Amino acid sequence: MSEIRPNYIVDITDVVCPTTFVKAKVALEELEEGEILSIKMNDGEPVQNVSRSIKEEGHEILKLIDNNDGTYNLLVRKVGD
Amino acid sequence: MAVDYGTLKKGGFMRQKQKNNFSLRLRVVGGNLTAKQLAKIAEVSDKYGEGYVHLTSRQSVEIPFIKLDDIDEVKNALEESDVQPGACGPRVRTITACQGMAICPSGCIDTYALAKELDERYFAKELPHKFKFGITGCQNNCLKAEENDLGIKGGIKVSWIEEKCIGCGVCVKACRNGAITMNDNKISIDETMCNFCGRCIKSCPTDSYDTIRGYIVSFGGLFGNSINKGETIIPFIEDHDKLLKICDTAITFFEQNANAGERFKFTIDRVGKDKFKGKILEVYNE
Repeated sequence: MSEIRPNYIVDITDVVCPTTFVKAKVALEELEEGEILSIKMNDGEPVQNVSRSIKEEGHEILKLIDNNDGTYNLLVRKVGD
Repeated sequence: MAVDYGTLKKGGFMRQKQKNNFSLRLRVVGGNLTAKQLAKIAEVSDKYGEGYVHLTSRQSVEIPFIKLDDIDEVKNALEESDVQPGACGPRVRTITACQGMAICPSGCIDTYALAKELDERYFAKELPHKFKFGITGCQNNCLKAEENDLGIKGGIKVSWIEEKCIGCGVCVKACRNGAITMNDNKISIDETMCNFCGRCIKSCPTDSYDTIRGYIVSFGGLFGNSINKGETIIPFIEDHDKLLKICDTAITFFEQNANAGERFKFTIDRVGKDKFKGKILEVYNE
């Protein structure tokens, strides 16, 4: 797969559920449709649940990248306004 | 005139400590009541009780302090809004359920539809002792399936669809059992580790899994004087009609083998786990 280049990055490693998703959602609201957000999150609960919540919001998940330091970056393309 | 407490109890009227007062248990299915039913329950509790209700541990409603002389009048009043007395004593009790997939994002099965179906099939069926059904929509087990004589838990069996998969790796992390691995964008599932929770498909951005919704059934649960976690015989039942046949078989086994006042777990233990298991597997493999 070719490299996906995000337009913006948001770090949600400093918050816990449910603020993790809220912070990601607020960040997505700032994007134009089709732009890509990279969401940096912790292993465990965020990586298990945030992806699912993003999907339920209707956005397009592209890739989950393991940073090999206990964090992951989820690449999401914004769908809708 | 002698009061037939047995008949009253059978009809949901449970004798209170206070002479000639009864706590009336109502028929509730899957924990749902309509606004119309609630309004009538409120009215009856105000007029014939003491203006309050008790919510039972198994999703029923009881109206305490119903007077012996008012029993028929109360029944008629409740019937006006489709509220019926519930079941107490040695018979099939309230069918409990969580909200299931109709409401809850985690739900894997339609628990309420199943609760209604089981209620129609078995409500208040006479048995040697009480018999409780509980239906929970997923592995979160909000409804505590295994504490029931017969517990049903919804699940989803998955198989990977390679063509739809973008290799994002989300499902690998969404799985809490470590059943999914990905190598060179190819997913493999260790079926021995999958608990049918469905978190993989619920998080998958491209719905790259074929799914079969089904049931995980446990038998012989108890949570009263004795405590026992119901045991599963068949890991996953895919077919709805088969599920009903298995419920029929379990109830018939209890009806035919239980001593009066003996809970299902103790009947299974006394008659033999292998014998019971044999009966269930026979129906399952038909």
